[in-house]
Amino acid sequence: MTTATHYLPASRRWAWLANPTLRRFMRHKLAVLGVVMITVLILACVFGPYLLHYNDLSIDIRNRFAPPFTGNHYLGTDALGRDTAARLLNAGRISLMVGFCAMLISIVIGTLIGVIAGYYRGWIGAGLMRFVDAFLSFPSVFLVLVLAAFTKPSPMVITLIIAVTSWMEISRIVEAEIRSLRERDFTLAARMIGASSRWIMFRELMPNAIGPIIVAATLTIANAILLEAYISFLGYGIQPPLPSWGNMLNAAQQYLGKAPWLAIIPGLAITLAVTSFNFIGDGLRDALDGRSDLK
Amino acid sequence: MNADEKIAVAHLNVAFRKGADYVPVVHDITFTIGAGETLALVGESGSGKSVTSLAIMKLLAEAPKTRIDGSAIVADRHGAPIDLVAMGEQQMRHVRGNRVAMIFQEPLTSLNPVHRVGDQIAEAIRFHQSLSKADARARARALALLEQVGIPEPVKRLDCYPHELSGGMRQRVMIAIALAMEPDVLIADEPTTALDVTVQAQILDLLRNLQKKNGMAILFITHNFGVVAEIADRVMVMYAGRIVEQGSVSQVLSSPRMPYTRGLLAAVPRFEHAGLAQGELGTIAGFVPDPSTPPSGCAFHPRCGYSIAGRCDQQAPVLEEIEMGHQLRCVRWRELATEQEGAR
Amino acid sequence: MPNYILNRLGQSAVVLVLVSLIGFMVLNLAPGGPMSQFALNPGMSQAELDRIAEQLGLKRPLLVQYIDWFSHLFVGDWGHSFRDGRPVLSVIAGHLPATLLLMGTSTLLSIVIGTWVGVLGAVRRYSVFDTLATVGAMVALSIPTFWFGLVAIFFFSLHLGWLPAGNMYTIGDQSLGDYAIHLVLPVLVLALVNVAIWSRYMRSATLDVIDQDFVRTARAKGVPYRRVLTHHVIRNALLPMITLAGLQIPTILGGALVTETVFTWPGMGRLFLDSLGYSDYPVIMGILMFSAVLVLLGNLLADLLIGVADPRVRLA
Repeated sequence: MTTATHYLPASRRWAWLANPTLRRFMRHKLAVLGVVMITVLILACVFGPYLLHYNDLSIDIRNRFAPPFTGNHYLGTDALGRDTAARLLNAGRISLMVGFCAMLISIVIGTLIGVIAGYYRGWIGAGLMRFVDAFLSFPSVFLVLVLAAFTKPSPMVITLIIAVTSWMEISRIVEAEIRSLRERDFTLAARMIGASSRWIMFRELMPNAIGPIIVAATLTIANAILLEAYISFLGYGIQPPLPSWGNMLNAAQQYLGKAPWLAIIPGLAITLAVTSFNFIGDGLRDALDGRSDLK
Repeated sequence: MNADEKIAVAHLNVAFRKGADYVPVVHDITFTIGAGETLALVGESGSGKSVTSLAIMKLLAEAPKTRIDGSAIVADRHGAPIDLVAMGEQQMRHVRGNRVAMIFQEPLTSLNPVHRVGDQIAEAIRFHQSLSKADARARARALALLEQVGIPEPVKRLDCYPHELSGGMRQRVMIAIALAMEPDVLIADEPTTALDVTVQAQILDLLRNLQKKNGMAILFITHNFGVVAEIADRVMVMYAGRIVEQGSVSQVLSSPRMPYTRGLLAAVPRFEHAGLAQGELGTIAGFVPDPSTPPSGCAFHPRCGYSIAGRCDQQAPVLEEIEMGHQLRCVRWRELATEQEGAR
Repeated sequence: MPNYILNRLGQSAVVLVLVSLIGFMVLNLAPGGPMSQFALNPGMSQAELDRIAEQLGLKRPLLVQYIDWFSHLFVGDWGHSFRDGRPVLSVIAGHLPATLLLMGTSTLLSIVIGTWVGVLGAVRRYSVFDTLATVGAMVALSIPTFWFGLVAIFFFSLHLGWLPAGNMYTIGDQSLGDYAIHLVLPVLVLALVNVAIWSRYMRSATLDVIDQDFVRTARAKGVPYRRVLTHHVIRNALLPMITLAGLQIPTILGGALVTETVFTWPGMGRLFLDSLGYSDYPVIMGILMFSAVLVLLGNLLADLLIGVADPRVRLA
């Protein structure tokens, strides 16, 4: 007890810094590293393009296939002489945005279904979960590709498609949480005072399930980024001239021998982003599960 | 170690590593148990009873996470003395289940759920006698053991899984496993605590009979004085990792001198007190101290009703022999004894 | 056990029906729907299109269409490929062995390595090996499989010339050795993610078991440590892994698709992509449904296996 108050700053504005969950998170070196990495990446993608010498659209055929560190092309140029660094950062904006939005949408869908299934149980609950099982029986890559091939690929549509194939895991996790929370005394108390089902579901039960939802969210972004990269790589995702890390890799494939950096660099960016989210998710999982203080 | 002593423990110290230092958890334990004798080890949770027994069996975390000093001497198959504290893991493997056996508190979780009961008993035999899986002798012996521990329909039970048996039967199986190689010493860590009272009585009976037959020494760990009275010849009371009173059952239970022992005995519900005005259950206020921050002087003084400032919190008492076979650790025992005599 | 099996079969049947419903919905989402083969042809007049639609039974209520479609699936009539008219099922069957070879070899490798790494990490918790393995697994999970494949091709094939850059065999030389050497890279690339997943779950399962009382009993019996590990710890830790293996099948199938793309491996995944390019909807739908059925069967098998391996389930 004494150590906590030792850290409590005088002003209440900063009182949240002493939050035990936050402290536990900070102890996770990898998770903190993940936060740093993704922050750097996001900042680079948002502000970087304004700081570079070239923009991602200027074609310069004379300087095509320049390896990294040629003049002001820090990461070299591609088949059309466009600056790789500029393309990379602009692509990052789109890839990260798509990942983030897809995660938001799938969280909403997944939580909704999970809460309803977990609360009502019986036929509704079992039926919904069988429905989730059915969806999960399709490998998500297959499903995403089919939907992408059937529709006109714009970033918005891609986001929706990825979301539609990512909500199942979340609903499973939420359903399990709600199902166990439902048996606790505070639920009974709420019912006794006449709270409506909707109130109980969304004002009492759901807030208690926030922990696992947040962890699932970070892992969903990670997966969403990978999915977008893959379908763009295959040509069914973000279409050129809009850059995405995935379609950069598509263009790089045929020049693998000649200009390997074109393939290596976007992949590194994807790996960096996804790794960060995985580290963060792992740290959050331990931080939110208070019991893991007992090492 | 004498010829009729089965186990001699001398100055056993156990410390756990915390950060860079070692926190002593068990201090200077010395006792011997003779053939056919039962020594009860009594104390609250956290007193170090289980740690002591696990240390003797070398079942604690390996060094350097734990440090064990002192000696624990038993006899090997040929009668030569061997010191368990000094032994390496490979040698210990031949001692465990063979010369010294142990049974635990929770019979349900103490048996592997995916293996048959007969196989689990036979496993103990097979590895000490280097028998192959196909050898029928191990299975025959397992059957004989099941009969010995009083399990009905032993042939059927050999092929049962643990979850198909009741708690009492599972504990009997544990005893069968422990006795498979006819060990010299049996350490029983609260084997009846998780059982119903009637089953408890059966298990204690069983242990007594088996002991009469094979003359093994039993170290019986418990926090229940009723069980102590039933089964033990001698008693050792532990507090905060130290022995605070040791003697025969009659000495310690009828005239306990150490305030802690008195407190423990007063906390036992007695039939005579029922309905009487003074029939309140005595308790000892406070909690067992954290080994990393022990109290100064006598470890019990913060909770002792008889402690005197200036003496009990300064002097760490040593184990004194107050009469034949009866030792205790208290600086005020003489005064308290005369007070008691006076009060009578 | 019989109750358990019936229960699982019943659940699987329900899921199968739901799977087919989803499949049917997806089928009708295709631009032009089941008529797409003709709808995209500008030479057809509306009257002709209507007539064909009538013939194909597309004017009937959706429910009737669904039942018709599902019953055809049941008897093995999965339609015919738009490309060459062959029955969809035989087209898929032709490409299946290559995928199974890739998936099977890779999964086997992942299980062996993953189990070993996971158990070792659990037994030596927080050691250098364990920390490296944990972090390594998390990074490995984050690497896009197709990118890893490209890098691997670049390095081992283009740069070092040790291994072929794709395909299952070289035309002209179809010896065992030729197949083997073509198998190396794709299997390793596909195995990367699976090893990571498997080792993490194995580590956590082993940690759960190792703290349990019966492990202490086994040691107290004097059983050699190695046998304690294999017969007691791992034997129990593998139980939840069986369920996991079933749940991993969709992921492995997806990974196989990705790997086949990069290595031009002539399997189901490659077929899927080609069919996408040709808008060969019958084959696309066929593969979609096929993989879903594979997943269901795999999960059912896993559940049955657990019934066999865990007596608590079997005799409940």
